[in-house]
Amino acid sequence: MRLEYFQLIDRIVDLKLADREIATEATVPTTNTIFEGHFPGFPLMPGVLLIEAMAQTSGWLVVAVNRFERMAFLAAVKDAKFRMFVTPGHKLSVEAKLIHEGSGYVITKACILFDGKPICDAALTLRVLDFPNAEMKLRMREAAARVGFPAEVPANG
Amino acid sequence: MSSTFDTIANIIAETCDIPRDSIKPESHAINDLGIDSLDFLDIAFAIDKAFGIKLPLEQWTQEVNDGKATTDQYFVLKNLSARIDELVAAKGA
Repeated sequence: MRLEYFQLIDRIVDLKLADREIATEATVPTTNTIFEGHFPGFPLMPGVLLIEAMAQTSGWLVVAVNRFERMAFLAAVKDAKFRMFVTPGHKLSVEAKLIHEGSGYVITKACILFDGKPICDAALTLRVLDFPNAEMKLRMREAAARVGFPAEVPANG
Repeated sequence: MSSTFDTIANIIAETCDIPRDSIKPESHAINDLGIDSLDFLDIAFAIDKAFGIKLPLEQWTQEVNDGKATTDQYFVLKNLSARIDELVAAKGA
């Protein structure tokens, strides 16, 4: 995770377009100023950032499904549950699956696992829009390369 | 009124916490019922699932923005019901 850049996903581990599924990896940094406040003497990864990790994972899936022509923007979070504490150094597995592809929006079910145990999950609604400008698309391409987004998105995962 | 309207009205009542008896065929989802675009995504999701269709929200929005259609054509509920019936019929054709 690069918390200072709000880039929470380290790499894409698996992308199955035919199944509309993605898996990513995100390791919580061992030190960060966030942990000085959340909480002093008891550092915990904030739940809102876990939601963001699920949203970014869902976002990469949407970008892949749309062949890097469109972008996902988080619109709603439902049924979010946080099942255990996440502390610095935790290596997290983040998974997302498209459960509905509407016109201009998608619904995903996403979850985070640690050592195979569920940590949190939620249903996310994301608006699917064209990239607002060329620079953003370029920056997203750079971010995609960093997380191992496939250069050629496979037709069937 | 058609069962399509009843299904839509029930979805709106449940999704947006609007009293069911205040939802009429002549109601405009935005202007009369105060449903915003985010809430309408929830409604669209429920409609898509209930009827096995994909409401073409982007196309409708584009047509309204381009002045080729009015919001009444898509968001007055009796008209929305008719559009859904058309989509269901097209799917089965």
